[in-house]
Parts: sequence; C-alpha cells; structure tokens
Amino acid sequence: MIADLPTRSLGDLQALHPGIAHVLRLADPSEPKPDMDFASWLETLDLTKLNRAGLSIENLCTHVETLVRQSETLRGPLDFSLKALSLIAGVDKFGGAEAFDLEIAVGEIVCIVGPTGSGKSRLLADIECLAQGDTPSKRKVLINGAKPDPTLRFGSNHGLIAQVSQNMNFVMDLGVGEFLTMHAECRQATDADGVVADVIVCGNELAGERFTAETPLTQLSGGQSRALMIADTALLSASPIVLIDEIENAGIDRRRALDLLVAREKIVLISTHDPILALMGDKRVVIRHGAIAKIIQTSARERACLVELQRLDARFTEVRQRLRVGETIDDEKFEVRWMR
Amino acid sequence: MRIVTVAGPPSVGKTSVILKTIAGLESAAGHVGAVKFDSLSTLDDALYSRAGVPIVTGLAGSLCPDHYFVSNIDDCVEWGHKSNFDLLIAESAGLCNRCSPHIHGVLGVCVVDALSGVHTPRKIGPMLKLADIVVITKGDIVSQAEREVFSYNVRAANPRAVILSFNGITGQGATELGHHFISAPNVESLAGSRLRFSMPSAVCPYCIGETSIGTDHQRGNVRKISFGGTAT
Ligand SMILES: Nc1nc2c(ncn2[C@@H]2O[C@H](COP(=O)(O)OP(=O)(O)OP(=O)(O)O)[C@@H](O)[C@H]2O)c(=O)[nH]1
Ligand SMILES: [Zn+2]
Ligand SMILES: [Zn+2]
Repeated sequence: MIADLPTRSLGDLQALHPGIAHVLRLADPSEPKPDMDFASWLETLDLTKLNRAGLSIENLCTHVETLVRQSETLRGPLDFSLKALSLIAGVDKFGGAEAFDLEIAVGEIVCIVGPTGSGKSRLLADIECLAQGDTPSKRKVLINGAKPDPTLRFGSNHGLIAQVSQNMNFVMDLGVGEFLTMHAECRQATDADGVVADVIVCGNELAGERFTAETPLTQLSGGQSRALMIADTALLSASPIVLIDEIENAGIDRRRALDLLVAREKIVLISTHDPILALMGDKRVVIRHGAIAKIIQTSARERACLVELQRLDARFTEVRQRLRVGETIDDEKFEVRWMR
Repeated sequence: MRIVTVAGPPSVGKTSVILKTIAGLESAAGHVGAVKFDSLSTLDDALYSRAGVPIVTGLAGSLCPDHYFVSNIDDCVEWGHKSNFDLLIAESAGLCNRCSPHIHGVLGVCVVDALSGVHTPRKIGPMLKLADIVVITKGDIVSQAEREVFSYNVRAANPRAVILSFNGITGQGATELGHHFISAPNVESLAGSRLRFSMPSAVCPYCIGETSIGTDHQRGNVRKISFGGTAT
C-alpha cells in the first residue's frame, strides 16, 4: 500500500489520472467530495451498491493504488530511445538458411517487396513481437544491437510499432479536433491544443482536399483519412517504428508523408506493390519463400526513374480527375503537355 | 494441467485468438483441449475440431450463462485430467458485461475488440477489470490513433493486466499470448477455488420462468429504477 494513500484527498487523487476519477465516480455516483480523504471516503461506501457496480473495497483499493503508482512514475511506452533495429537471419519456408541479416537505422525508409503470400507480414510480425528464434521464421530481433529485455517483449503493448494501412478506418463518431484532443490527453501531451492544431495543418498539407477540426472523422475521404493517420502517427504517436501497408495514392502526397515521418526520427517500413512507393525507400528488401532473398540499395539511376514515374503518375491523376468531373482531355494544350 | 479462462463479448474473436495461439505454440503446448460455454448455440465446436482440438460444448440455455459456467467448470477440469490434457482452455461468450468467469489462481484472459468504441473498456465490469491479460483484437481495421486511445482506456479500467494486441486473422500477437498460456499456473482441481468476483444475484420469479409483467408478479430479489425528481 502506498503509505500516504489513506490521507490523500479525493480531489488530488482524481487529478492524477482520468482512470482514477472514473473509478471513484463508479464507486460513489453521489456528490463529488474533493476534500475528503481516501480512507474516510472508503468508510462511507455502501458495500451492496459497490458490488452492483462490479467493485469491492479490495479491488477498488488496488485499482486506485496501481493507477497512482503508474501516473507518478510517468513512464512513456518505451524507456529507451531506438537508434537501430537488426533482424538476424532465420530460415525460409523449406527450412533453408535465410541469406541476409537486415540492419535499419533511425531515419531510414525500408520497402518490403515480394508476391502476395511470400512472407512480408511474417517479417513485420517478427519485428512487432521482437522474435527471438521462436517464430516460424526463426529470426531474432535486436534493439540497439542487443537482445531486448523480456519484460518489453511479454509485457503490455510496448508500442514499438505504429501501423497505417489501406484497411484502416476511423470508426469513432467524433469530430477530428475532438478526437485528436482525446488522443493528445492519452499521450499526456504538455501542449495538447498546439499539437492538435499542428496535426490538422500537417494532415491538410498531405491530403489534397481540405478538412477542419469540425469535420466528423467518419466523413473523411480515403485520402484525408490516410493523411490524418500519418500526421497523427508522426506528431502524436510515441512508437519509433512506423509500418505502412499498401497505402494507395488516393490524393495523398507520399513523399511529404515519408519526409514528415523521417524528420521525427522514426524508422519507416513500407510493405507495397506500388512502384513509386517501392522506389522511395533507401533500400528494398525482397522476400521470397518466407525469407529475405535480396537487399537492394535504391541507386541514383533508379531515383532518376522515380522522378519520371512520378511525372507520369501526376499526369494520370490529372486525367482521372478531369474525367471524373465531366471534363474532356480533348484540347491541344493538354495534349502538348501530355506528349512532352 | 494448465488452465486458461478466456471470456469476452460475443464475436470479438475469442476462438480466433485461441486457435491462432495454440497453432503458434506447436508442440510447446502439449496436448490441448477446450470447452466452449455459450448461451443458446455455437458453431465454434466445428472450428476447434477442424484445428484438431478436442472440444466439449456447454449451452446454458435458459440458465444464467455465468451460473452455468461456475457449476460446470470443475467437471471440465476433471474431463481434462481424464483426457490427459496439458492445457485446458475454457472459452465463454454471451455473458452480460457485469459478469466475470475468472477464478483466483487460474490465468484469466478477457478479449475485447477495438471496433467496439473507445468507451467500451469502461463499461465492461469484472470480466475486464479483474483479468490478468486483456487481448485487443481487430486493430487491423481501425486507425492507430483509436487503437492507442482504446488501449489507454483498457489500462485505466484494469491497471494491473498485461495488454496485448492481437490480429485474429493473421495471428499477429500469438507469440506473446502463447508465452503466457504455457506459463499459466498448474491446477489440479478447482474444488475449493474461488471466483474473483461474486456472480450477480438472481432468483426472482422471472429467473424461474415467470413471464407476466406487473407488481403482482414481482417477488424476491426486486430492485427499482430511480427516476429522481423528474416525474410530474
Ligand atoms: N479484421 C479482423 N477480424 C477478426 C479479428 N479477430 C477475429 N476476427 C473475425 O471476427 C469474427 C468472429 O471471430 P470469432 O473468433 O468466431 O469470435 P468469438 O469471440 O469466438 O465469437 P463467439 O464465440 O461466437 O462469441 C470472425 O469472422 C473472425 O474472422 C481481427 O483481429 N481482425
Ligand atoms: Zn468463439
Ligand atoms: Zn449473469
């Protein structure tokens, strides 16, 4: 038991953590008593009512105590800073040795390519669970060159990896601003309003179409959702590794999105079939039969091709946009630019 | 024999989580058996059988599913011993949010899905509050931000639990949960063990089949809503 818990006032306890405020209210829905001390308050509780609320004195005390401890140590999801991530080679689907280890430094962008079913998700799952030779691939993950602490591995959501994928949607019935404020509060951000405003500005820079703090989350278009997810992950998520799974080009500025993440000292892994995204990485990892078959550094010539591909892509988007709003591409000026 | 109780609202992904975890453990799990508790019907037995896991189903029917669970769990343990299981898993669904099948000294897992809304963790009672492990599924279809808020709220509702994300389709999370399954306490018998939280009290005429509405039929354990001063 925390020595001075019985003498602390309800008001002080409540201010420590919203979870404490919630459980106090659950146990005693009557008038708030911010000046009463915890021990005297416990005496006033009606045990039958407490039981109806799914609580007992014993679990109420441990609950409050644990939350007090957690909020006073104020530990972030990770108590170290990630500098490098290594993947020590394991085996492929047939038990043959995997050809390469993989080293990734903070600020690097690594693309993962390979046919569907080749083992891209296995690789990502190995990183997520900090595999130690005990997953089907037999790979081992090192953090900053060393074996991670088992408590990091088997404890609660370590929050090492944040994910953004094509299948993800916002499901909450809230406005963008309201929700981001809620997220900022969970992260115990010091300047919540400032961060929320930044995320909205960044999200708007990445998305083609504008949205505001008042736009309901569920009314965002595909591109706006992805843009907001990336801005939020870059500015509000504590996870040092960001995994991007097949984000299509629904009007989001991918180069800027990646720059934003890298600027925040994140490691970015992109699993993709899209040539433009695949060439945006510093290197690409080719997966075949469940193992890394090749690691290719993106060359200067490839980067030059990327510029050309992006030009084509922009052209393609423009045509799509024109046709969509009922215009034609039947004018000379357009054709000239097109043939350039 | 190690025992794990897995509880959670209907369709959150309990069976997927269990089967993916067992598959990930391979031989480390030893001989595994399962019991599925449900209210009216279940198709889970087919899923377990297909995965090669011996399964017994218990349908509570007209009984309160939780009371049914407690009155049968020690028989399940005996069945497990007779069948020489190393690991017995009891999955229960269809329970009210107030209930909790977790037992002192037995690994208690609660499964919730991230789709159910960020306030759900606060609304679920002892089933979540008193679990050792809270597994969050379906994170693959909601945004990272909502997942983080959801898991923060789970932490606020149960500060002592280990919280794990799990993808019931790909099995992401199976390695971590598997580690906890095979380190669950060994239990010889549950006779004399205690539930972590008392079951809701029942026993009123409606519990035993009364269907007529009106004060004349309300006897025994009756409690009324308070409308405060709102009535005219
Ligand atoms: N997208 C997604 N779907 C999931 C996930 N986990 C489970 N599902 C799906 O959710 C549905 C219900 O899964 P079950 O495992 O049967 O759920 P349950 O909790 O055992 O259901 P009952 O026992 O009938 O209450 C299935 O269609 C699963 O494929 C997940 O992490 N992500
Ligand atoms: Zn099930
Ligand atoms: Zn019940």
